[in-house]
Amino acid sequence: MNGMKHTKGFWLSIVLAVVIGIVIQFLINGEILDSFYTNTLYLIGINIILAVSLHLIIGITGQFSIGHAGFLAVGAYTSAIITMKLGMPFPVAIIVAGIVAAIAGLIIGIPTLRLRGDYLAIATLGFGEIMRIIFLNMNYVGGASGMSVTHMVTWPWVISCVIITIVVITNFTNSRHGRACIAIRENEIAADAMGINTTFYKVVAFVIGAFFAGVAGALYAHNFYIIQPTNFGFLKSFDILILVVLGGLGSMSGAVIAAILLTIISTYLSNYPEVRMVIYSLVLIVMMLFRPQGLMGTKEITAFFKVGKTAKGGVQNDKHTVA
Amino acid sequence: MTSTPLLKVEKAGIRFGGLKAVSDVNLELNKGELVGLIGPNGAGKTTFFNLLTGVYVPTEGSISLEGEKLNGQAPYKITKKGISRTFQNIRLFGELSVLDNVKVAYHSLSKHSILSSIFRLPSHFSGEREMHEKAIEFLKIFKLETVMNEKAKNLPYGQQRRLEIARALAAGPKLLLLDEPAAGMNPQETAELMELIALIRERFQLTILLIEHDMSLVMGICERIYVLDHGQLIAEGTPEEIRNNPKVIEAYLGEEVS
Repeated sequence: MNGMKHTKGFWLSIVLAVVIGIVIQFLINGEILDSFYTNTLYLIGINIILAVSLHLIIGITGQFSIGHAGFLAVGAYTSAIITMKLGMPFPVAIIVAGIVAAIAGLIIGIPTLRLRGDYLAIATLGFGEIMRIIFLNMNYVGGASGMSVTHMVTWPWVISCVIITIVVITNFTNSRHGRACIAIRENEIAADAMGINTTFYKVVAFVIGAFFAGVAGALYAHNFYIIQPTNFGFLKSFDILILVVLGGLGSMSGAVIAAILLTIISTYLSNYPEVRMVIYSLVLIVMMLFRPQGLMGTKEITAFFKVGKTAKGGVQNDKHTVA
Repeated sequence: MTSTPLLKVEKAGIRFGGLKAVSDVNLELNKGELVGLIGPNGAGKTTFFNLLTGVYVPTEGSISLEGEKLNGQAPYKITKKGISRTFQNIRLFGELSVLDNVKVAYHSLSKHSILSSIFRLPSHFSGEREMHEKAIEFLKIFKLETVMNEKAKNLPYGQQRRLEIARALAAGPKLLLLDEPAAGMNPQETAELMELIALIRERFQLTILLIEHDMSLVMGICERIYVLDHGQLIAEGTPEEIRNNPKVIEAYLGEEVS
C-alpha cells in the first residue's frame, strides 16, 4: 500500500539523517572539520529549522507571514534568560523557548490571521518590529547593547532539533490536518464550505511554526556570544522568507536545500564584505528570473525517487500573489 | 409528508447597504425531496445559497435545519450540521490530488487528533486508512477512481464538476445544495449528470436543492420548483404549474406589451 511505502521511506530518511549526523560528529571530534566549518554547519541547521517552520505557515497554509524573526527573537531571549539569568540547563532552555514563542504565536495569530494577503503580511511585519523594540527597551536583557550568552550549542543538539522539526512538520503535513491547511491555501471559501475550521488551522500552523522558530532562536542565541535586538530586525525575517520562496513555495525539501545553499554562499561571501550583498542579491535575481517557481517548484525531493507519489506542495496559482 | 421539514426558511433576506439582494423568502424542504430553484440572472439564487451555508449572515428572517437555527453560524459548523454545497464557479483544491480533494471533505467526520498525527500514533493510521477507503468509495460512484492521483486542476471540465459533487457528498450532508451543476456541459453530459443526481439521492437518502439554468434538467428531475426574481419568490409548484405560471413567464420573457 501507498501508506506503508511512505512510512518505510520516512524511517529510511530519518535513519539516513541520523547516520549523517553521527558521521559529522566524528569528523568534528577528529578535528577534520575546523571551527569555521562547524560553525557553518550550526548555521545551516538553524536556518533549516527557520525555513521549514516558515514553510508550514507560508508554503502549506498559504498565510503570508513576514514576522518570523519576531519568534526567533522571543526564542533567543527566552532561552538566554533561562540559561544565563536563571542558570538552568540548555535543553530546558530549548523547550521553554519553543513554548514561549508558540504562546506568542497564539497571541499574535488569533487576531491577525483573520486578515488576508497583504494585510496579514503588514500585521506580521509589525509584530516582528514590536518584538525587536520591546527587547531594545528591556534593561533586564541588556537593551541595545545586547545580552552575552555562553556558547553551548553542540552538533548533537543542532542535528536533533533539525530532525525533530522536519519529522514533526512532515507528519503534520501528511495527515488530515495538513490537508486541511493545504485546502485553506488552495481555496479558503471551499475549505470552509467543506467543514474545515479555517481560523483554527491557520492558528495551529502559525503556532507550530512559531514553536520551531523559538527552538531555532535558542540555538541561535547559544551559538553566538552575544544577542542584540538588531539581529532580529525585519531583514532577518526577509532572510528566512527568501529561503522559503527560493526553495519553492510548498516544498519542504526545497526550503531545506535553499537553507543549505544560501547559508554556504553567504558564509563564503563574508570574505568579501564590500561585494557580499551585491553578489547575494544577484544570485537571488538570477534565480528568480530563471526559476520563478523556486528551486524545487512544488515537488518534494522524494518525488524524484518515487514514481506516482503525489507532491503535497504547491502555490495557489502559477504566480505568487505577494513577494 | 407530515413530519417536520428538513429545512425551513422563514422570511429570510439580506441587504447589502441599501440593496435588498434577497428578501422575504419562505421555503420548506422535506426529507428526500429534490427541489429546483430557478430564476433569471441576478435574481439572487447564489446569494440565497450563501445565506443557507453561512457565507452571508441573513439580516432578516430565520433559517433552521431540523428545527435547529442556523443563523449566524460559521460556514464550517453549518457543513458539520449537514448542509453541503458545490459552487457555480468551480472551487476545487487545484494543487491537491483528486483523492485528497475528497479526503479534505471527509475531514470533519474523522477524529484523529493533531498530536496523534505528529507522533504517528495508531489512531492516526486507522483514521487515515478509513478516510482513504471512504474517499475511494466516493470516487468509484463518480467514476473518478482512475484519475485519483491527478491534480484536480488538471482534470477536464466535466470531471471537475463531478469531483465537486463527490467532494460535497463526502462531507456527509443531509441536504445537498447544487449550484448550476450542469453549467457548461453538453446535452449528453447533462443527461449523465441527471442520472447521477438521481442515483446519489437514492443511495444517500439525500434532500437536494438545485439551482439550474438548464430547464430540461430542472423540469426533468425536480419534484417542486421555486422561482426567484429580484430577490423575491414569485412562484412555487410542480414543474407543470411553473411552466404555465404567467409570473414566471413574465420574469423570464419580460412583460407583455399591452
